[in-house]
Amino acid sequence: MTSSLATVSYIAATILFILSLGGLANPETARRGNLFGIIGMTLAVLATVLGPRVTPAGYAWIIGALFVGGAVGLVAAKKVQMTQMPELVALMHSLVGLAACLVGFASYVDTSTVFPTAAEKSIHEIEIYIGILIGAVTFSGSIIAFGKLSGKIGGKPLLLPARHWLNLAGLLIVIWFGRVFLHSESIGGGMAALLVMTVIALLFGVHMVMAIGGADMPVVVSMLNSYSGWAAAATGFMLSNDLLIVVGALVGSSGAILSYIMCRAMNRNFISVIAGGFGTGGGAPAAAAGGAPPAGEVVPISAVETAELLRDAKNVVIVPGYGMAVAQAQHTVFEITKFLRDKGVNVRFGIHPVAGRMPGHMNVLLAEAKVPYDIVLEMDEINEDFPDTDVSMVIGANDIVNPAAQDDPTSPIAGMPVLEVWKARTSIVMKRSMASGYAGVDNPLFYKDNNRMLFGDAKKMLDEVLTALRA
Amino acid sequence: MRIGVPKETADGEKRVATVPEVVQKLIKLGFTVGVQSGAGDAANFADDTYVAAGAEVLSSAADVWTGSDIVFKVRPPSPDEVSLLREGATLIGFIWPAQNPELMQQLAARKVTVLAIDSLPRQLSRAQKMDALTSMAGISGYRAVIEAANAFGRFFNGQITAAGKIPPAKVFIAGAGVAGLAAIGTAANLGAIVRANDTRAEVADQVVSLGGEFVKVDYEEEGSGGGGYAKVMSEGFQAAQREMYAKQAQDADIIITTALIPGKPAPKLITAEMVRSMKPGSVIVDMAGEQGGNCELTVPGEAVVRHGVTIIGYTDLVSRLAKQSSTLYSTNLLRVTEELCKTKDGVIDVNMEDDAIRGLTVIKDGSITWPPPPIKMPAPPPKPAASTTVPASKKGHGHGAAEPMSAKALATVFGLGAIAFVVVGLYAPASFLSHFTVFVLACFVGYMVVWNVTPSLHTPLMSVTNAISSIIAIGALVQVAPPLDAAGAANRPNALILGLAVLALALTAVNMFGGFAVTRRMLAMFRK
Repeated sequence: MTSSLATVSYIAATILFILSLGGLANPETARRGNLFGIIGMTLAVLATVLGPRVTPAGYAWIIGALFVGGAVGLVAAKKVQMTQMPELVALMHSLVGLAACLVGFASYVDTSTVFPTAAEKSIHEIEIYIGILIGAVTFSGSIIAFGKLSGKIGGKPLLLPARHWLNLAGLLIVIWFGRVFLHSESIGGGMAALLVMTVIALLFGVHMVMAIGGADMPVVVSMLNSYSGWAAAATGFMLSNDLLIVVGALVGSSGAILSYIMCRAMNRNFISVIAGGFGTGGGAPAAAAGGAPPAGEVVPISAVETAELLRDAKNVVIVPGYGMAVAQAQHTVFEITKFLRDKGVNVRFGIHPVAGRMPGHMNVLLAEAKVPYDIVLEMDEINEDFPDTDVSMVIGANDIVNPAAQDDPTSPIAGMPVLEVWKARTSIVMKRSMASGYAGVDNPLFYKDNNRMLFGDAKKMLDEVLTALRA
Repeated sequence: MRIGVPKETADGEKRVATVPEVVQKLIKLGFTVGVQSGAGDAANFADDTYVAAGAEVLSSAADVWTGSDIVFKVRPPSPDEVSLLREGATLIGFIWPAQNPELMQQLAARKVTVLAIDSLPRQLSRAQKMDALTSMAGISGYRAVIEAANAFGRFFNGQITAAGKIPPAKVFIAGAGVAGLAAIGTAANLGAIVRANDTRAEVADQVVSLGGEFVKVDYEEEGSGGGGYAKVMSEGFQAAQREMYAKQAQDADIIITTALIPGKPAPKLITAEMVRSMKPGSVIVDMAGEQGGNCELTVPGEAVVRHGVTIIGYTDLVSRLAKQSSTLYSTNLLRVTEELCKTKDGVIDVNMEDDAIRGLTVIKDGSITWPPPPIKMPAPPPKPAASTTVPASKKGHGHGAAEPMSAKALATVFGLGAIAFVVVGLYAPASFLSHFTVFVLACFVGYMVVWNVTPSLHTPLMSVTNAISSIIAIGALVQVAPPLDAAGAANRPNALILGLAVLALALTAVNMFGGFAVTRRMLAMFRK
């Protein structure tokens, strides 16, 4: 295959990738979109392997590597539980980051590349430096995010003293060694600087994600998604490969937009999320300063009474949160939904953008449980319907249904858009205990007159509700 | 001309055909009005109020009947009353010509003109204001719910009180005609859960609009008999219907039946067996009592308790709300009078060319003109196909467009961008710039494309971008075994590069295969 033919194949692959993302605009075309992605990837890999930059000597290695990696990937994709999707995604980000690092190092030690001018050589080296930097941050950050999401590392933010200064110092060291790296004569000298920078970048990634609380994980996951894209783009610059640049930019901007949507859904500034600390340190004193706990009484309700309320209702809105994912209750939720819908009850779902641990997490869980996607609505679509709703059922969510966000300007979550479940005739909150959510804020919803609390494990309680409904 | 309003003589009839308010309006049309003393007493309209409205109060019924050109009645007249009618006079009221052929003969013999308010062609939209059947049915539907509430030992609305939770009453209404719909609205307003059924599928929307739930019979047959009435259904349908009623009887606290078929005895919808299956303390209000009742155990005109269920078969539901029904009925008669007296000179003209009046008029100057010829109506719209799924209003995806930035922020962004571009332009070599162009444009394409992604697919978006970012494999591929000239190959640490590249390739392959596979798996789950 000639060089030009390879380039044309790359252009075709680029278009296919763009179509692939565009296909996700709605669930009908999404499957085709994924297929476009697969075709594009196959095309890009084949064009490269058969192109002028790869000699047949490498074929065995390439096939071997693809086979091993591909087998691992396919098994993981088959085995993963939908509730574990955020972990899987985080882990995959780390692989992209690590790969970017490795390609960067390999590119640096490769002496066969010849540069016509000194400026081009410098640019190439800057590209390597930045590529490895982003790759390393993505790698270690994603590993920590994976640990937090899978519960291997505690969800609470780790806040080192003077953490912002530490980060700043790290940045200065990275810039200093970048200078050293550019001016080094030998590969050995440059390599030392490169390694120091890599270690600092790895530490920075760890530190950054450690400082972020569980509720902010959707932002972190989408931010790392963005980073993995930028790492690919940097690699593209390093290797003068437009395909990598384009794809990296696509993925990078996709992740950036997701981060932005998540931040907006929490009424938080991107910088403050990254700066970390939301959830314990910052929230608690503010809540304490907010004065007395909300007036009123918490009224518990039994599963049987819940079933009666649901059976007598005409309009039901279910608001799922992370608690539903943890309890693996989505299938029972579907059974209840199916039962009620067969009886003519209008059951719908209201999804807050940051419900769960990654963007769209709840949608995937509900889809897995076979809930039709046209009754799963977004916050903006369903909020105005709550006054006409007989029963709103909150399953394992807290902050996203907190009326304090609207009523109490001193609340740490003031201004965050929330699902207005309290406007329904009756709201039922399923919760394990009276503990507050990740934001550490007390929830006045629990004390409202028309609110009932169904205490217990979501799965167990929902099973009881279902049994009572069928009785 | 003189309008006479005699006192109603039927047992238990409390209504009066004209109320003082309407008397005033009739006088404005040029008529004089004579009311029998005590005519409005049962409906709480005293003689004084009629006098104050401008009517003359006459002491005996005979004076009213013989001295009037037009007589307003509620119930069909008795033979005695008929004999009092003056020749050439006009009688307006309920006649039921189909059920009362003898009365028709007597009236015809008196050489009078009779307008039967029950024969109004209801399908004419301009007849609605004269439609006394509708206004009376509405009242009886309301009253049926009130009677049920009176006999029912619980609240209608569900409540959550300090003393515990009270479930709402479940009301089932058979027949969603005017009375049924009024009952649905009243019961729903009281807070009950209301279900209703009718053989005419087209009323389902009306049921829902009043706050009820339409219960379908699991059988395909169209039950509209024309003119807004129901018809007799097939045996198969009736079996399916009985099954549905049996099910509702077990569940409902209150059943209100309103099923009537014109000119036929009321269909027996609720069997003794169904009554037995109801919860003790439940209530049945049978509004078809006069036509024999929809329930087998109904005693027309009485409330009885059978198997612990109160069965109310009152036939005078309308009279139990005499003031309201008199007011509405007399307004209906006023509208008829307006149609008859378009010149407003106190003289009526029974215009047989007018569809509405033609329908109303059952006897014209002593000759029977009932039944009227059918009115040519535009064909009703065909039954819409079964698959009329309303297209969901396609709202823009959740986030809509990003809010426009403020002018200041926009200027800052553009300013910074310009500086960055100038710096790049000054120092970067040409080969870099071409890649840079591609990069910037790709960022914009990505931005445009990703804003269109629906939020419900954000997780698949992340996994597919993850898979796509494994394009970094290309970087590893070109390092595995590049074509090298002798000089290049000399110092190249081939083994190291090969090791790094193969490792990177394996890592990205995990992403490549895993990412696409898991996205595929997720997307396969999204279904309607």
